[in-house]
Amino acid sequence: MLAARLSKPVPRLPPSVRRISSSSSRRSDALFVHRDTTYNNPKIPFEFNADNLKRAQEIISHYPPQYKKAAVIPLLDLGQRQNKGWTSISVMNYIAKLLEMPPMRVYEVATFYTMFNREPIGENFVQVCTTTPCMLRGAYDVLDTVCNHFGGIKPGDTTKDGKFTVIEVECQGACSNAPMMVVNDDFYEDLTPETTKKVLEAFAKGQKPKPGPQSGRRTSENSAGLTALTSKPYGPGEFCQPEFQ
Amino acid sequence: MLRLVSASKPASASILTKVTPSSSSFTGRRTFASTSARQGDITLTVDGKEVTVPQGSALIQACEAAGATIPRFCYHDRLAIAGNCRMCLVEVERSPKPVASCAMPAMPGSKVWTNTPLVHEAREGVMEFLLSNHPLDCPICDQGGECDLQDQSMRYGADRTRFHEIAGKRAVEDKDLGPLVKTSMNRCIQCTRCVRFANEVAGVEELGTTGRGNDLQIGMYVEKTMNSELSGNVIDLCPVGALTSKPYAFHARPWELKHTDSVDVMDAVGSNIRVDSRGLSVMRVQPRPNDDVNEEWINDKTRFAYDGLRFQRLTTPLIKQGDRFVSASWEDALTAVAEGFRASGAQDDEIQAVAGHLADTESMVALKDLINHLGSDNLTLDSVGGHAAPVHAVDVRSNYLFNATIPGVEQADCILLVGSNPRHEAAVLNSRIRKSWLHTTLEVGLIGERADTAYGYEYLGADAKAVADFVAGKTDFAKKFMNAKKPLIIVGSAITEHPDGPAVYNALAKYVEKNKSQLVTPEWNGFAVLQRVASRAAAYDVGFVPSRKASQTKPKFIYLLNADEVDPKSIPRDAFVVYQGHHGDLGAQLADVCLPGAAYTEKGMTWVNTEGRAQMGRAAVPPPGASREDWKIIRALSELLGAPLPYDDVLSLRDRMWEISPTLVRYDTLEHTSVDVALAGLKTLAAATASAKVSGAPFVKPISNFYQTDPISRASVTMAHCTRAFVKGENYGFSELSSKSEAAYA
Repeated sequence: MLAARLSKPVPRLPPSVRRISSSSSRRSDALFVHRDTTYNNPKIPFEFNADNLKRAQEIISHYPPQYKKAAVIPLLDLGQRQNKGWTSISVMNYIAKLLEMPPMRVYEVATFYTMFNREPIGENFVQVCTTTPCMLRGAYDVLDTVCNHFGGIKPGDTTKDGKFTVIEVECQGACSNAPMMVVNDDFYEDLTPETTKKVLEAFAKGQKPKPGPQSGRRTSENSAGLTALTSKPYGPGEFCQPEFQ
Repeated sequence: MLRLVSASKPASASILTKVTPSSSSFTGRRTFASTSARQGDITLTVDGKEVTVPQGSALIQACEAAGATIPRFCYHDRLAIAGNCRMCLVEVERSPKPVASCAMPAMPGSKVWTNTPLVHEAREGVMEFLLSNHPLDCPICDQGGECDLQDQSMRYGADRTRFHEIAGKRAVEDKDLGPLVKTSMNRCIQCTRCVRFANEVAGVEELGTTGRGNDLQIGMYVEKTMNSELSGNVIDLCPVGALTSKPYAFHARPWELKHTDSVDVMDAVGSNIRVDSRGLSVMRVQPRPNDDVNEEWINDKTRFAYDGLRFQRLTTPLIKQGDRFVSASWEDALTAVAEGFRASGAQDDEIQAVAGHLADTESMVALKDLINHLGSDNLTLDSVGGHAAPVHAVDVRSNYLFNATIPGVEQADCILLVGSNPRHEAAVLNSRIRKSWLHTTLEVGLIGERADTAYGYEYLGADAKAVADFVAGKTDFAKKFMNAKKPLIIVGSAITEHPDGPAVYNALAKYVEKNKSQLVTPEWNGFAVLQRVASRAAAYDVGFVPSRKASQTKPKFIYLLNADEVDPKSIPRDAFVVYQGHHGDLGAQLADVCLPGAAYTEKGMTWVNTEGRAQMGRAAVPPPGASREDWKIIRALSELLGAPLPYDDVLSLRDRMWEISPTLVRYDTLEHTSVDVALAGLKTLAAATASAKVSGAPFVKPISNFYQTDPISRASVTMAHCTRAFVKGENYGFSELSSKSEAAYA
């Protein structure tokens, strides 16, 4: 009996691919030291334009004067918007001067938050979410579509014509409408490879497609139609005692 | 990251309008006063032992007080609390998780355990994480043997690895912090002690952390060197080998070194140092904690100028023959001095002695005795105008000492700096002013040349006129000063050397007398003179000053004791010059005979700092070659000059010092001048300078190059590198290289 057992072919274990941990370590996309380049060095001047300066002063006025530096994040964002979507060293230096804080304190903030781009980006900034809910709903298909649409670039790259930059981002908080991507400041949700292409083509033409779900449903309502609260909501006075009607 | 403690009084709007030094200090960043009020004591139990600590202490301090050793990387007594290394975890009763004891205030009645299985397991976990990205390069790391990580991994480290990342450990590029601090950023564990030190103590707000998470790194973001006169302290602070000493790199291991506790002589603060030597050479200099003097810091000149002790040394007696020096035996050299003395025909006040910056107290006493025995009173100090008696005279100590004491600076609530840049004249003292400026509502005013002081100040003018305006109460600052509880006037040593010195002293002495209710009280003496030269306070104490008649006499025989700042023109051509010192610097060039003395690391001598605190330096290594301790040279020479000195050993010489002033041999303590005497001193000072006129010449900084101020630092290669990198603004070699290779990026 024992022999019979032994003669049975021992089932082989499937070849183990990940015996030891071998996920490639992901580094953030940019270096955390500044290098002077022709397009990014402290000699390039930067200043807020009149509108933004007014806005900046408004933002600064929200904080007590000795805590002026608390305005660093909104001001960096303002600077990034004025500077074609990226925060150059000149932007950081200018904001340090404006807020009377050591430049290093601004660099610390700008390098900590990933939404400050410290390298130039294209005209349209495409951020594809690949966090779990989106991933389960096909975010990688969307990402591949985007990359292939731009001629096989990789996340983090800019197209040759400088019109689009694609990056992969973590959760943007639109999980109920997964998968989604962000183009500039707008969310495009409920994407499929087809609708993704459509959105991108529109942007390439200089148009701005309607943000929100691309599947036709309204916000994050049930796509199969409502299952609850289907009746007409009753108005004031209905079902009340006669004296209150 | 920086902690801002309790808020009590908002910085007034006037702070925002203050003059800011251009580069590093930002007045706007100063926030709230945060002196924590002294509160009651609390009692808690640590490992079953009851311990009482002041309220507001961190738990780690309570544990230390109970005798439990808590491992730590990021926590440091003198820096703000970061709480990011997690090594100091302890177990607290009714706390579901281990608690970081550095970031947790001690609570009354709480029960803490520092030695339970939970604590050990937690610390072992932390250590495993720290080591997972730490290179295993201890054999080639300079920190080896004095590394906190190495030591603590002996207890908390695992004996086998679970690290199987194919991608390897985190790699971080090295930063170029200049010629003093060598970086090896792969070893960094991000404790941020260096960042906190640079921002809080040194006032270099350029060091910080960039990136986040695994990519967090310490650096300046832009390419810059760490331009601070206190930068060397980050080497001591670094618990791992990420920041090590560049000049000392790969020279010695800590266990090979002999430690000698001594005193620094590069400035007049008298920082306590530990001289580490191997064989005959000094390998490095490190600070020794002393809360009354230097806390735990020393400046870069103190720390790194030691290599100057190896170069340009006078090792044998030299006699000038024609236009060159010929080495000679001691006998010949001393005979040559005696013969030269007789041949010069110097009589009485024509015999001049000049005491330089690095002259120790014993040798100055011996030299003064010798010169006096020979009938002369011509005792000159090696400074501008040193041939005349100083403005403030030397009869009352409080006229020339830093009466407020160095720790006292932190109590001042209004400081007026006159003709001084403490950052370069007393860097460690300056860090105390900065500390006080950051944490209290201290106001600082400056009269003199503008300087980057590491704190904001109100600029009041550059000359004696500004002092007169201040005294007259014309400026806003003067009014604030009048209302301050503990006002402090810091008079720079350069004022004594300035033509308007008498006028300034006159004005200030009268001012202090007038406002004695605030400035001179039994608890507080707010008139402080900041000396910048190690020997100066002692020279004044022993009365190393000429009589009026002597100061006008043309000398025929000049004895230069460590005097290397003399103006060659002030030495008459026909005078016979003897130089005694340890370096072949300017003084030796002027000499007819050179007598090689010992440097401060080679003799156990007394040094009096700017507060008047006598401290004993100790010999770490023997003097090189034929050089001898300085007082012995003078004693030997006195025999040949026919006026033998009455002491044969250093103890009887110190008895003589006791006769001159007991304070010279009461080591490590301060003797305060009583209110009456201090006021009498000021009265005499005011009377003596009553006729002083104002020329209106602006005050200038006496130290233009912090890194080279004396023969030792001038002979030092490291200090020359620093001068090149920081003072002249030239690019230090390595920066250029790295910027080229990285230009291709992006």
